[in-house]
Amino acid sequence: MSVLVYTENWDGKFKKLSFELISYGKELSKKLNTELVALSIGNVAESELQKLALYGADRIINVNKSELSFFDAQLYNSVLAKVTESVGAKLILFAHNNTGKALSPRLSVSLKAGLATAVIAQPDLTNGFIIRKKVFTSKAFANIKINSDIKILSLLQNSFGLLEDPKNAVIESFDTDMDFSDQKCKLMDVNKVSGKLILTDADIVVSGGRGMKGPENWGPIEELASLLGAATACSRPVADEHWRPHEEHVGQTGKVLSPSLYIACGISGAIQHLGGISNSKYIVAINKDPEAPIFEAADYGIVGDLSKVLPDLITAVKEFKA
Amino acid sequence: MKILVCINNVPDTTTKIKFVDNKAFDSAGVQWIINPWDELTLTRAIEMKETQPADIESVTVINVGRADAEASIRKALAIGADNGIRINSDTSDSYSVAFQLSEYIAKEKYDIIFCGIESSDYNGGSVGGMLAEFLAIPSVSSVSMFEIKDGKVVVKREIDGGNETLSVQTPFVLIGQKGIAIEPKIPSMRGIMTARTKQLTVVEGVACNQLIEFVDFDLPKAKAACRKIDAENVKELIDLLHNEAKVI
Amino acid sequence: MDFNFTEEQLMIQQAAKDFAERELLVDVIERDDNAVQSASHIKKLAELGFLGMMTDPKYDGGGMDTVSYVLAMEEISKVDASISVLMSVCNSLVNWGLENFANEFQKEKYLKPLARGEKIGAFLLSEPEAGSDATSQRTTAEDKGDYYLFNGTKNWITNAHLASTYLVIAQTYPDKKHKGINAFIVDKDTPGITLGPHENKMGMRASDTHSVMFNDVKVPKENRIGEDGFGFTFAMKTLDGGRIGIASQALGIASGAFERALKYSRERKAFGTEIFNHQSVAFKLSDMAVKIENARNLCLKAAWLKDQHLPYGTASAMAKQYCADIAMEVTTEAVQIHGGYGYVKEYHVERLMREAKLTQIYEGTSEVQKIIISRSLLK
Repeated sequence: MSVLVYTENWDGKFKKLSFELISYGKELSKKLNTELVALSIGNVAESELQKLALYGADRIINVNKSELSFFDAQLYNSVLAKVTESVGAKLILFAHNNTGKALSPRLSVSLKAGLATAVIAQPDLTNGFIIRKKVFTSKAFANIKINSDIKILSLLQNSFGLLEDPKNAVIESFDTDMDFSDQKCKLMDVNKVSGKLILTDADIVVSGGRGMKGPENWGPIEELASLLGAATACSRPVADEHWRPHEEHVGQTGKVLSPSLYIACGISGAIQHLGGISNSKYIVAINKDPEAPIFEAADYGIVGDLSKVLPDLITAVKEFKA
Repeated sequence: MKILVCINNVPDTTTKIKFVDNKAFDSAGVQWIINPWDELTLTRAIEMKETQPADIESVTVINVGRADAEASIRKALAIGADNGIRINSDTSDSYSVAFQLSEYIAKEKYDIIFCGIESSDYNGGSVGGMLAEFLAIPSVSSVSMFEIKDGKVVVKREIDGGNETLSVQTPFVLIGQKGIAIEPKIPSMRGIMTARTKQLTVVEGVACNQLIEFVDFDLPKAKAACRKIDAENVKELIDLLHNEAKVI
Repeated sequence: MDFNFTEEQLMIQQAAKDFAERELLVDVIERDDNAVQSASHIKKLAELGFLGMMTDPKYDGGGMDTVSYVLAMEEISKVDASISVLMSVCNSLVNWGLENFANEFQKEKYLKPLARGEKIGAFLLSEPEAGSDATSQRTTAEDKGDYYLFNGTKNWITNAHLASTYLVIAQTYPDKKHKGINAFIVDKDTPGITLGPHENKMGMRASDTHSVMFNDVKVPKENRIGEDGFGFTFAMKTLDGGRIGIASQALGIASGAFERALKYSRERKAFGTEIFNHQSVAFKLSDMAVKIENARNLCLKAAWLKDQHLPYGTASAMAKQYCADIAMEVTTEAVQIHGGYGYVKEYHVERLMREAKLTQIYEGTSEVQKIIISRSLLK
């Protein structure tokens, strides 16, 4: 029996969320008194793989096959099912991101394993296996009991944090012994955002709404974001008006984020927008309207004119960084 | 090609969420709608049928739910779906829903099965992937573009930090998200009228083992009031973010 | 008695609400300021079938009942009455008049494109000297044997510029008074028709309102609607139904203002609490809610009678008068609840208040409605 963590790399480097997932898994494997196995699929250098041990991986399984260079949920799932069986995993952990959302449901069916997605905390093991998650787009919480022998969780990013727990892990190469000749999906084109922080990955997000008045006023948002090492985002009306690209739209029908800090500039805080940001640890709202609903959701607020507050804030951050 | 669109019936997104004794969602006075992500993918399927009728033979909608979900099915018919199916069942966990769907679909033949990426009620986000695995066919999730070019299916999917364009062999499950259509289609009077004569078939659900159960629900505790900082003193914000929140 | 709406009626209500909130709301303040309508809105309205929603499907309409029409009118009027008045004229006056009184040839030629929304209609009754008094028409349609010759001026004509099909009420036999009046279908591009400038109005500023001048305009004889001298009856019967449209427009203006005021009262704080918690505000909202409920019931009752083919002239007059009057009251209170914010354009309620005023005036003033209602009391 073991806890298996599915890790993800980006051009050979692990994402921060993979380390968070290992930290979460380690805590759980200690409670269950079992070992933690990390699985990496892709071309990752040994030195990078070793980083997984830093957060507590007891074993590291490496699947490096050129046929798997492209993410095909059906094939990846077959690999996962084999690895699960081989290490006797009873608990499999994913990040609740695009890849985790694509893989975990398939694995749930393959293994007849109960799945809880968008999990925000460690399970309660006192009376079975009860997991807590947000439902109704963060307007409520549910406690879900998983009754199956094998269990799968997908963890919402930034809900646990990083905990170092260095281990001496062995890197094991795993031979899938599978036929990859019949690929039903073919990759035609990749468009990776380069040099820019990935919005759903970002720890800090600076976001603008209609209160910014127009796309020409986005300079200070971008400057503040770059100073803080943050990604930029926007509200739905802003994307609809093509002031900003649709990839930046945050909200119920856009991207759902869980950063440590979300700074909302000129966003009134419609319920649909709040649905996309309510997993943030801290929310800062800057708005000229003191009655804007965003202040109900915010931890810190500034009522004021953005054309003045933003430059002041930029100056203050510069001083702070200096 | 024959398209099947799975739609879920969910409370309107502006509904104030309440529970009966913290055990079940309180549906009193709730207005029900088609799950927004399902509605977007449905819109795209219908747009395709309207603009490329040679490629799309039919668009069918399917729901696993109780009779009160039929208003949503009929709305889908009014928007332009050709016929509707309701699998009579009141299960709400993704695994059972996907199983019910797969049992029905295994007997029929559809080329592409559309699902929304997530439901706005229980936010499982897993029916599409589970369904594909039950049917042992490919799935592409986080799809933000769907086209048929020279009879071949081309989709764009969002990855964390970009997107990929793929060609996919049918049959497969397409799990759509924001971007697949601009906004949900509003039914026209003509559409509402023609929906009267479209077929809505009800089939009985099948038993399924539940792997998970909802133990109870609760509402978020009232949030501490927002701490206001004087616009003349933004330095204080930096100080709080650094020393109190410890996020910068 | 059944107060439930059908699934279809609710779907139509939601469709109208989605259209209004997604498409119309965005620039409604600018359109009102600049007194312009957006061609794309009218195109979308047509595509959704809102311009011919009650016309029989055999004439390419949507075949919906009057109750659905009331629900749709209310939702669209909550956001933009300049659009809903266009919709009301097309549905309740032009299309309904043609469907019920025109011959098959006329329906084929004129009603079908109107019901599909490809063409827009206008209803030309009001004159500089004859507003709601349809008996004293000064525009003449002289019988010249092969054709009718039109001379005169029509005022306050909604859709005058946008429309391609006019329904014109004119006097053929002045000595016969109202029994000499006829109704005609007139193509707008007939030589001799000229338009006055866009009226610079207090409210519904975007609505396309002009005066229309007829100077020796020749209209084919086949374009007369019904028997010779049928025009006055045509106008009265058509206006009976038109009142349901304007009543539901007024209802929508009132409920739109009410919804905004209610929302505002729960967000805005004064003296340490949301202003809704002050009884003076809560009671205002309570009064507004009762008035709106009454108004909606009157509209739906008139619509229901019409759908049952029962007499609805008095009911529609009651609905029109009451809805218009309470729209004025409710919008005024909505501005009051908003305080200073209500007096600026951003919050919409001042616009709704200006729009409400027109509903007390056009398609028969509140006073004219009272004449109709009081006369019915003696029957």
